[in-house]
Amino acid sequence: MSAVGLSPAVAEFALRMGDNCLILGHRNSEWCGHAPALEEDIALANTALDLIGQTQLWLGLACEAEGKGRRPDEIAFLRDVSGYRNLLLVEQPNGDFGRTLMRQYLFDAWHLPLLKALMGSADKRIAEIAEKASKEVAYHLERSADLVVRLGDGTAESHTRMQAAVDFLWPYTGEMFLADALDEELVAAGLAPEPGSLKAAWQEHVTRTFAEATLKAPEKSFAQKGGRRGVHSEHLGYILAEMQFLQRAYPGASW
Amino acid sequence: MYAQMVKTEAKRVRSLDEMEPQERAFQERIDAGQKIEPKEWMPEDYRKTLIRQISQHAHSEIVGQLPEGNWITRAPTLERKAILLAKVQDEAGHGLYLYCAAETLGISRDQMYEQLHSGKAKYSSIFNYPTLSWADIGAIGWLVDGAAIMNQVPLQRCSYGPYARAMVRICKEESFHQRQGFDIMTVLSKGTPEQKAMAQDALDRWWWPSLMMFGPSDDASVHSAQSMAWKIKQNSNDELRQKFVDQTVPQAKYLGLTVPDPALKWNEAKGGHDFGEPDWTEFFAVISGEGPCNHERLEARRKAWNDGAWFRDGLTAHASKQAARRQAARIAAE
Amino acid sequence: MSSEWPLWEVFIRGQHGLNHRHVGSLHAPDAEMAILNARDVYTRRNEGVSIWVVRSADIVASAPSDKGPLFDPANAKVYRHPTFFDVPDEVGHM
Repeated sequence: MSAVGLSPAVAEFALRMGDNCLILGHRNSEWCGHAPALEEDIALANTALDLIGQTQLWLGLACEAEGKGRRPDEIAFLRDVSGYRNLLLVEQPNGDFGRTLMRQYLFDAWHLPLLKALMGSADKRIAEIAEKASKEVAYHLERSADLVVRLGDGTAESHTRMQAAVDFLWPYTGEMFLADALDEELVAAGLAPEPGSLKAAWQEHVTRTFAEATLKAPEKSFAQKGGRRGVHSEHLGYILAEMQFLQRAYPGASW
Repeated sequence: MYAQMVKTEAKRVRSLDEMEPQERAFQERIDAGQKIEPKEWMPEDYRKTLIRQISQHAHSEIVGQLPEGNWITRAPTLERKAILLAKVQDEAGHGLYLYCAAETLGISRDQMYEQLHSGKAKYSSIFNYPTLSWADIGAIGWLVDGAAIMNQVPLQRCSYGPYARAMVRICKEESFHQRQGFDIMTVLSKGTPEQKAMAQDALDRWWWPSLMMFGPSDDASVHSAQSMAWKIKQNSNDELRQKFVDQTVPQAKYLGLTVPDPALKWNEAKGGHDFGEPDWTEFFAVISGEGPCNHERLEARRKAWNDGAWFRDGLTAHASKQAARRQAARIAAE
Repeated sequence: MSSEWPLWEVFIRGQHGLNHRHVGSLHAPDAEMAILNARDVYTRRNEGVSIWVVRSADIVASAPSDKGPLFDPANAKVYRHPTFFDVPDEVGHM
């Protein structure tokens, strides 16, 4: 369904979803060939591949809803920083492998309940993408949570590194649950859940995982925010400079 | 090839009559096309040569991730990004299968890494060249994977079971690698003048290193003769190189690109191309550590290994803790 | 510390309800992670629906030198194979 009047909201929402997948997939792909063990190299590449696949679906929907005849590649490779709608969390630099895994976990624990809720979206296209993605993301969460537990409750060094990762990334988690005018519109139309409604499931998962991992969530709840309306950290510019290089250097060429 | 110039201990290949009964029985099984399996008796030199060959092959796969991995974050479309990532991931998988095959011969993966990181073990010369443009990703798939397939297909029939089985899996998975490279080259050669120039430049730079992958002529090499007698090598280097040139030249023509070899011409009498001699001085310099990227490649592998130590140790420690907890719970329950 | 993760043998049941088949090996710190790693390494092309892993060190194998005594006797029991019996053409499929 999705009435014509709602199309801009759907397009914007699909951008938010797709940009999260694209930027996190991009960050994970930076590890390819450099991970701590071959088995992990392969596993993380699988996650990145899933996310790039999901990017194609969400950006495809964004193009369709936008109705201007653009293609997903044009949106991915020709928007500047201010046009990107991803969370600040996913654009944070990889750091050590522990921080990469922690970022993945904090994202997955939010991504899965979000997708589950979206499976009931009034827009069938959103529901279908969510259904496909949720199967992949359920596995991402299983794996990232498992590794967080193991490394938190591993050696003194692995514990220290994982705690440092939590402390560094925590301020970027609050943004996942903040609502703006677009969210209100989406909720009212039954297209997407209220962001705040996902907090309980996320919190519960994180609390349980951290307890097992012997990690502590920081007390402070200050949230860095802005990604969803195009105000990013300095890091995104460099990601895009690299990612968009060919499309920018050779305008109009096909690849 | 991915395992170039693998040394044996042989001074010359001995005939069956010169062998002790055990070795003779072994050689007869190989001659009869039977597979040798891990715990069976084998000559020490067979075992050592295989370890050298398989580990070189494995190292080539994982070092080979680096030049292509270099372009994953710069791939020009979402689809190209996914394809390239999947391909480079496959190479990690192939390295993994090969390391496991070598482990059946009594060496651990960590020991093989140690040999790689210390510079003692070799890997294919080709991966010490830089990837400077997107067309290089096309050229690697087309030429380097094309050359690798020439060698890997016959290795599926090699005498050592675990190696042969790993090659079966690898060949099956690699079937898309060369095609994706050729596809990139096709799009570039039909693209803008800049793209076409990019494709020609890549062919110019990768052609000779690709021919070098097969290694110098080994018709007179006792090592190759011994490896062939053991069926862990099936064709001579020159044979494979000829086959590669004959296969690739028409493809270059299809692309409208020029192979950078003035001596290249069709020889009707032999039913194949005549072509120039690669610069073997350059080849020996590259395999002895003086290629343009040897330093970066090894440094990247060492860094990945050293930076990952805490991660591997952390998981080991957790597994031990969990095992101890289970043990304690079992005792408490009894 | 730096002790190597143990080696595991991986068995996968394909899509077709056949027996689990040995597909290769990998390293993992324990059985649970070996399963996850096997999923990521050996089912990248949608090859399986069920995974078994077993420590390589725990595999008990027949000694290669026993190959004659273990398997040759079965070779002699040709009557175990359906082709041993002639079925007259008139009888049709059996």
